[in-house]
Amino acid sequence: MVGSMRIGILALQGAFIEHEKMLKNLGVETQQVRLSQHLNDLDGLIIPGGESTTITKLAIDFGLFDDLKAFASEHPVWGTCAGAILLAKDDQSNPPRLDVMDIQIVRNAFGRQVDSFQADLQVPSLAHLNGSNPTYPAVFIRAPIINTVGKKVEILARLGFDKIVAARQGHLLATVFHPELTNDDRFHRYFLEMIPSK
Amino acid sequence: MTETTGTFAVKKGLAQMLKGGVIMDVVTAEHARIAEDAGACAVMALERVPADIRADGGVARMSDPELILKIMDTVSIPVMAKCRIGHFVEAQILEALGVDYIDESEVLTPADESHHIYKHDFKVPFVCGCRNLGEALRRIGEGAAMIRTKGEAGTGDVVEAVRHARTVLGEIRHLQIMPVEELMTYAKNIGAPYELVMEVHKTGTLPVVNFAAGGVATPADAALMMQLGVDGVFVGSGIFKSGDPAKRAAAIVKSVTHYNEPKILAEISRNLGEPMVGRQISTLPDNELMAGRGW
Repeated sequence: MVGSMRIGILALQGAFIEHEKMLKNLGVETQQVRLSQHLNDLDGLIIPGGESTTITKLAIDFGLFDDLKAFASEHPVWGTCAGAILLAKDDQSNPPRLDVMDIQIVRNAFGRQVDSFQADLQVPSLAHLNGSNPTYPAVFIRAPIINTVGKKVEILARLGFDKIVAARQGHLLATVFHPELTNDDRFHRYFLEMIPSK
Repeated sequence: MTETTGTFAVKKGLAQMLKGGVIMDVVTAEHARIAEDAGACAVMALERVPADIRADGGVARMSDPELILKIMDTVSIPVMAKCRIGHFVEAQILEALGVDYIDESEVLTPADESHHIYKHDFKVPFVCGCRNLGEALRRIGEGAAMIRTKGEAGTGDVVEAVRHARTVLGEIRHLQIMPVEELMTYAKNIGAPYELVMEVHKTGTLPVVNFAAGGVATPADAALMMQLGVDGVFVGSGIFKSGDPAKRAAAIVKSVTHYNEPKILAEISRNLGEPMVGRQISTLPDNELMAGRGW
């Protein structure tokens, strides 16, 4: 039941208020997460878009990094853009990643801001949420790209034939674009469907 | 599958990703690295910070592309650069360099004393300064995808940033409760596009992200601006004109995240070394004030 869910949104830096508004419109209780204790009693967490270097640094400095990793090993977590970078495999680059999802991701893969774009994606997994229409309007801002995925990862959307832009591994969801910047709430509803009922 | 670049959603979207963050002025690649390591969400590449522009006098122009490119090569976070008010060719050059945001800035010497750049024509997004709601909505009407308060750059005195933030946010609160028949006259009086006045009346917020700038020098200054209701903070001279830039930069980043937690603010404000030497704005002669530039 959506009504009894409590979803956290990592609020260290970035577009956390946009996610909060989307969830509130869906009748979900939200919690801004800035410190470890804010993770208590959450049913799931969204790591928003922002600057992944800034978000990671703040998570480390306030002792949140390991607790996020522990949370993500047990609970549904969705990362958008910078959030997807945090969920990905650690590639020994600085800053470190949470290393919880079996995806390899490359930052700023499409170029600089002048190359940021909007494109309609085909996302079959969303079709049941909107009268069987799989077309989804995606906004890519200095977006990363998912280069390779492990065997347990399901690819949810591609851009063109080859570029992986949305993926799911069990209770973890990664999108390199920004559903929180659209008026289309299907990805948020899809994530809520990933939350186990109590 | 069509990919459409340069849409307003995409331009405004980058500013939304910068929210809750600190954008720092840097004059060398080394500064840029320090800013990124400290957690800056973007850097502003320029030849001189406003405090030096103020001290040096003369005409202040767009920075050397060589410097901007070096900084773009050094950091992975977005890089912004400034052009003069109305100087659309400087803006074309910055767009050609591939900077991520252009600040059409009163800190540089204006190139046009009546007109700003028509910013809708560009794929690169623009941020512009404002002192009040009318000025903010004029800039958005011209295509700005992000707004900041002007404050008084290069002084280390936060009083003007506070005045401008309180003015803009107060005018929005006032506009929200106005009866609809008063909106046209209000738009006329503040010199703002009617459609944007209508939109703010309905939504109670600017249609784009709104940062504070101009005089922020301490974590407490940054948290003050956040508590007043802005989305994030620009810090110009306040970091690299201080005694320990790396430490101060990291502390200001933390203060913008935890702006509502006085105990954390107390902890991160300790032992930061000397802040920049400030100049009290009320002692400056009128011809040295930058905030009045813009039309």
